[in-house]
Amino acid sequence: MTIGDTTAPILAGEPRATGRGVAWRARLRHLQPGLVMAWLVVAIILAWAAVPGLFTGYSPIDGVAGQQLRPPSAEHWLGTDGLGRDLYARIVHGARHSLTGAVVAVTVGLLLGTLLGLIAGARGGWPDAVIMRLVDTLLAIPSLLLSLSIIVLLGFGTINVAIAVGVVSVARFARLARSEVVRVRRSEYVEAAFGSGGSFLAVLRRHILPNSLTSVIALAALQFGSAILALSTLGFLGYGAPPPTPEWGLLIAEGRNYLSRAWWLTAAPGVVVVVAVLAADRISTAIGRTEP
Amino acid sequence: MLNYLMGRLGQALLILAITFTAAFLLLQALPGDAILIKFMNPELGLTADQIADIRASYGADRPIWEQYLHTLGNFLTGNFGYSIQAGVPVRDRLVVNLPPTFQLAGLGFLAAAVLAIAIAVLSTVLGLSWLRSLVQAIPSLFVSLPVFWLGIMLIQVFSFQLNLVSVISPGPVERLVLPVLTLAIPISAPLAQILMRNIDAVLAQPFIAVARAKGASRQWVLWRHVARNAVLPTLTIAGVLFGELLAGAVVTEAVFGLNGLGGLTYKAVDAHDTAVLQAIVVISAATFVAINLVVDLLYPVLDPRLGARPGATT
Repeated sequence: MTIGDTTAPILAGEPRATGRGVAWRARLRHLQPGLVMAWLVVAIILAWAAVPGLFTGYSPIDGVAGQQLRPPSAEHWLGTDGLGRDLYARIVHGARHSLTGAVVAVTVGLLLGTLLGLIAGARGGWPDAVIMRLVDTLLAIPSLLLSLSIIVLLGFGTINVAIAVGVVSVARFARLARSEVVRVRRSEYVEAAFGSGGSFLAVLRRHILPNSLTSVIALAALQFGSAILALSTLGFLGYGAPPPTPEWGLLIAEGRNYLSRAWWLTAAPGVVVVVAVLAADRISTAIGRTEP
Repeated sequence: MLNYLMGRLGQALLILAITFTAAFLLLQALPGDAILIKFMNPELGLTADQIADIRASYGADRPIWEQYLHTLGNFLTGNFGYSIQAGVPVRDRLVVNLPPTFQLAGLGFLAAAVLAIAIAVLSTVLGLSWLRSLVQAIPSLFVSLPVFWLGIMLIQVFSFQLNLVSVISPGPVERLVLPVLTLAIPISAPLAQILMRNIDAVLAQPFIAVARAKGASRQWVLWRHVARNAVLPTLTIAGVLFGELLAGAVVTEAVFGLNGLGGLTYKAVDAHDTAVLQAIVVISAATFVAINLVVDLLYPVLDPRLGARPGATT
């Protein structure tokens, strides 16, 4: 009901136009406006990242001499920064950096965490004990300090920071995956699958993985928002991409120097981050709710 | 009960041992070039032999296992090694930098608790349902705010626009108002969320209906029955809150240019001063583990319903 309209293409192919219209209206009435807006925000940011040239004609790197610190106007929607660069253009082009970072971070957390959780939940015994103590340790270190330690190890840069953010979420994915596997494993149909001669890997692939997927995806959506937040924090502190790069956290850091004269330079990128995180949050809640 | 206690204590010590080992392996054993970063600088004009001597004086030329045992022994006796960048013991730097951070985090926590209780109470007592759902949406907005951006925006609004808080020469209290607020707003969100969920859960209990049926007013039930039962479960997120507070304080210090753990951490990251970072990581993990241990052991005492079945708290 809530995630996307996956049945729309099938319905569109149906010959009975009247029945389709009714189904559509019923579906429309069930849509929550907040969720629709959340998907819209995600779609816009994805489009920014994919084809930034479509949204702005200005360069995010080269400023125009003599046009520094212009307030928002019809020409420059969000004004210009201290080097005469269009802020809106920098935010649009920055979407690519922030999204890439968030995707890398969530992928690291999802793959590593789910793998650890699957092994722990499915094997039990000493692998379970060892993995869960490691997970406890990861949770014991405050996330910012853990990220900073990994940055010290790997060095600065967009991808390194993204990995550092991803490692923080490994523990959460591992815990969730483990509890899901344990829950599904105890159910009767899985026992039946084992009883009727299914091998461990086959049962894992056919029954346990698909049944634990929904909550893992909900967590991934949530972590996507947290990753954008964490990446902007580390970018603000100067550990991410180097200065000319239009990364959202870095935009806020640069805007701060002109706070008294041009507050919109700081406000606008921050609002974009907040809206993106809120959208990810809302979508995550919706996915979590579709669970039976 | 004794078995449970010993088991829980053993688990806590195990996590600490793993944290220490991981921090040692990642920060001390792997890079090991904090000394090189400082002394390889050509302007210092040191020869390779002199650098080797310096490395030996820090113990960096010893075999790994010897360094490990040496560092472990030092940590257990409260000696956290030398800050290579500053050339002073890490402990001296912590003694100077911890109190301001504790002050900020403590005040931030108090403000967050007040804010969270206000949100939770408002979300229950407000008459209009749309107003209630508006208040209930506040925590999800608060968790989505980047701490550093929030701080800058507060400076912009309260100092530059409204001229309420001076930025040039603030008094001792004035100086702390905005940082504490910056820290408190995001921290209040998880607190408010758990409070609201608990209040709803308690309100649905049969004994509330009984109290109401006997003629107790809604307010009386709320303060007398709901409040106590709703506050207790917030203890379970005490450890997580500590981590958030610490991280929030570190970022807040960076925004407001305050001295404390934050500044120390950034300088350590920039200079690859791993000894400092190692100490901060191990100490904060130890605090987290200690808080969780205390909460686990205290919970059955505070909630007699759990006391009957020791072990049910984990």
